[in-house]
Amino acid sequence: MERIIFYILAAVIILFAVASVTSRKILRAVIYLLFVLIGIAGLYFLVDYNFLAAIQLTVYGGGIIVLFIFAVLLIHHVELELEKTALKKKLIAGALSAAGLAITLWAISTYPFPETYPAYTSIEVRDIGLILLSYEDGGFILPFEVISVLLVAVMIGSIVVAKGKKLTENN
Amino acid sequence: MIAGISIYEILTLTSILFFIGVYGFFTRVNLITVLLSIELILNASAVNFVLINTYLFPDLLQGAVFSIFIIALAAAETALAIAIIINLYKIIYSVEVKDTEVMKY
Repeated sequence: MERIIFYILAAVIILFAVASVTSRKILRAVIYLLFVLIGIAGLYFLVDYNFLAAIQLTVYGGGIIVLFIFAVLLIHHVELELEKTALKKKLIAGALSAAGLAITLWAISTYPFPETYPAYTSIEVRDIGLILLSYEDGGFILPFEVISVLLVAVMIGSIVVAKGKKLTENN
Repeated sequence: MIAGISIYEILTLTSILFFIGVYGFFTRVNLITVLLSIELILNASAVNFVLINTYLFPDLLQGAVFSIFIIALAAAETALAIAIIINLYKIIYSVEVKDTEVMKY
């Protein structure tokens, strides 16, 4: 059963990812990306990591996609079609990506991963909270604090950048 | 881990997702769609962290925590990049990559 669900999720993810990078209507590309992100949240649910799946749905589905849609609506007309990429550029990019994919898949298939995996149940929110605030070896208190400072800096920075020049200087 | 699925299939899925993102990064000419491709790449790596953690080292949590940091960084990066794009549009009225040739100084 989980096998079938995994294959359905994989098909959805790859299909909509391809649609997202090839669609010429920009708003549709954003919505295809939303489907990819929801499929990835499904993958997190499949491995019983419910906390990250919830974060994925709220931060990506609720935050980042809305930010993208706002930007698209502020900048473009909704029905605007992007200009076509040159065929030569597409071929070169496709060849490079395919070569990189082939090398990566070759490296994965020749690497000796263990045949049997250790027993696994799920990742609990309690353990995540404890390790994020732990001072012991392998604790994550320092990156946790650094990332909160980073989020404040980004918030102030994006307000300052998006505000731009003063209106009087804008002729 | 997912019953009946080996780690090879999962790594294949995330590699394909990663290189679809790379393809989009190469071919797109609009700054917002370039940003969409970066989101695909970041997501593929976050999935890799979580799934390698749950398959190979289920008693550790490092991969799970790193994926949370990746999501936080992706959100920060997107917010800042969209602020820059909107500011750019106010200055040169275009968000195409080829029109973006002047920095502030």
